[in-house]
Amino acid sequence: MKLWEFLAAHRAEVFQLSLEHLFLVGVSTGIAILIGVPLGIALTRRPALGKPILGFANIMQTVPSLALFGFLIPLNIYLFHIRLIGGIGARTAIAALALYALLPIIRNTFTGINGVDPAIREAGRGLGMTDRQLLLQVEVPLALGVIVAGIRVATVIAVGTATIAAAIDAGGLGRYIFRGLRMNDNTLILAGAVPAALLALAADFFLGAVEHSFGRGARRFNRRHAFAVLGAVIAALAVIVAVSFHSGAARRIAVGSKDFTEQIILGEILAQTIEDRTGVSVERRFDLGGNLAHDALIAGEIEVYVEYTGTALTAILKLPPLSDAREVYRRVKSEYAQRFHLEWTEPLGFNNTFAILVRGDAAKKLGLKTISDIARYAPKWRAGFGQDFVSRPDGYEGFARAYGLKFAEVREMDLSLTYRALANGQVDIIAGNSTDGLIARLGLVQLDDDRHYFPPYDAVPVAREETLGREPELGAALAALTGAISVEEMRRMNFAVDGERRAARDVAEEFLRRKKLVGGG
Amino acid sequence: MNGKSTAIEFQSAGFRLPDGRALLSALDLTVERGETLVLLGRSGSGKTTTLKLVNRLLDPTDGRVLVEDRPTTEWDAIRLRRRIGYVIQEVGLFPHFTIEENVAVVPRLEGWDSERTTARVRELLDLVGLDPDRFASRYPHELSGGQRQRVGVARALAADPPILLLDEPFGALDPITRREIQGEFRALQRRLGKTMVFVTHDVGEAFLLASRIALLKDGRIVLLGRPADFLASRDPEVAAFVSCLRGADEAAAAP
Repeated sequence: MKLWEFLAAHRAEVFQLSLEHLFLVGVSTGIAILIGVPLGIALTRRPALGKPILGFANIMQTVPSLALFGFLIPLNIYLFHIRLIGGIGARTAIAALALYALLPIIRNTFTGINGVDPAIREAGRGLGMTDRQLLLQVEVPLALGVIVAGIRVATVIAVGTATIAAAIDAGGLGRYIFRGLRMNDNTLILAGAVPAALLALAADFFLGAVEHSFGRGARRFNRRHAFAVLGAVIAALAVIVAVSFHSGAARRIAVGSKDFTEQIILGEILAQTIEDRTGVSVERRFDLGGNLAHDALIAGEIEVYVEYTGTALTAILKLPPLSDAREVYRRVKSEYAQRFHLEWTEPLGFNNTFAILVRGDAAKKLGLKTISDIARYAPKWRAGFGQDFVSRPDGYEGFARAYGLKFAEVREMDLSLTYRALANGQVDIIAGNSTDGLIARLGLVQLDDDRHYFPPYDAVPVAREETLGREPELGAALAALTGAISVEEMRRMNFAVDGERRAARDVAEEFLRRKKLVGGG
Repeated sequence: MNGKSTAIEFQSAGFRLPDGRALLSALDLTVERGETLVLLGRSGSGKTTTLKLVNRLLDPTDGRVLVEDRPTTEWDAIRLRRRIGYVIQEVGLFPHFTIEENVAVVPRLEGWDSERTTARVRELLDLVGLDPDRFASRYPHELSGGQRQRVGVARALAADPPILLLDEPFGALDPITRREIQGEFRALQRRLGKTMVFVTHDVGEAFLLASRIALLKDGRIVLLGRPADFLASRDPEVAAFVSCLRGADEAAAAP
């Protein structure tokens, strides 16, 4: 079985990702317990708080996880000098996961304590217990089974949701899932999904056993148990605090990338070049979805990543598309300097434009060469476009208008899924990337943009002005990459990763060595 | 003053719900030290409310209640409750505590050392007729209803409170067990000489245990007197209760 072989061959990495996953789940659930249990108890004491607090927790659970991540990234919430929430990475993911975990914990604490037999409560009060004594010696121990049931639900939800945390570079088994989607690789998707499901089952089983031991049959509330759990939570929090301190201390450059293969290869190329030429240690913060890389650059979470001129012009600066490549570059360079204090360095040398793709057999049968050729067939065709293409101002809407196209159906799906959908005949036309290695592998044909609708998308490293000023070697390292990558080279590297299943790190290193860009001393 | 001191005194005490409904109106009643006052009445007549006014589980909305000559509202509620033993029908034993731990609740809250606590628990279990060696380390669910109720009494007595409140303590027991435990309780009562307020709707139990009986109806006292006064009364509510007693005797006397 392929999955088994993959897992066996990558067991160290699978183990590492599982640990990261458990870390995200453990810390976030721990925080949710520390907040949710006292809140649930407070609700039993002041029922008037119930509506607003449960309402808030309810709303949090309905917010889609990617949206919640997006909302938390620009925040800057500090406790002393430690950034608790905001930015990309584990901290923000943990904050989001903790928000999700709150509802079941608050609700079960509340119902668990309210569910204690009123006669027992009255007896306790009648014996002269203070409210605190009644709570800690009687109500909480008796409600513990129900509270643990809430923690169990919260944990299982967190194991699932944490896979999405890979979208903001928080690590975990989601990395395999996202990578698998991107590379059109079922084995890789399963390599993330199966261990995640096993973790969820294990957590469910383990907490189920704990719940049972505290449940209705519970003979005795063991104080040492409670201290052990509390101790574990505090230790986990201490680790995250230490990690936060540590990451702020060392001199380093963080290189970012968006969440597709080419970007990860380019991220590696930047990272290895910088490492080789500056000696500064590089932190890789890859796989940032949507505009997260841009947000992270502005927030100072990363110092540099590769952006495309056309994307910056229309999707980030919200300016109308232009067709002249030099003009676009000049425009984004001056706007970025003014608006964001970010510097566009020199172009890498290739243009990754949108590629309108059809199946090779269809192209041959219908004699399709240019986009204009498809106008006749479009009303019968189903189109499959990535979210990005559908929503961008230089995307679907203008494209359809420019060529006068009306499709029978437009299906919005993950970009990586569109290739497979096209190859399988589920859709008839997609918008991919011109440098995509899958184009050749799946036998797809790129139609010529004969009306020059798509603006140029020259790949250029964009860096923080402040960092370039502080680390002059960084500018020199980036300058070495000027014009270094042709579109063919980029397509080959993409195919090496997507088609030949090689590691982006190795492909980048091989390229840099062949071009004598690193290792020259 | 006749030299006997008063343990509990209700002075025009009343209790009204927030919606204005009166559960108890203008109650005047004294409980002498060492006597057992039985509050008798139908469900909803205000017996339990009266009891809860004594240990401040409720505060009177009208008038006042004095315990050891101090209004309850001037007592610290926690201190007051630890001076008053409290036994309820549902017993309310803590299911996650052993019998020993249940009886030791108040001594532990009062900070007794473990040696003294253990000795006291054994003494009390003996007193209520449970062998400490057999029962101390068991859990409430392992006991019968009658045994649980004995533990409830032992728990209420743990810190040797001068006053004991009992709210239908034997109401949930089967008739045979109830008879037995009533008899034992009567012996215990004589031996301890505590001030007791005992709520019941069982007129037989009232006659067995009471120094005096207060019959309540709709939150007011219908009759307050010794059992003998009770039999002589012509009040229809009293007569209804007394007929229960006679009915039971006649049924018992029938072949």
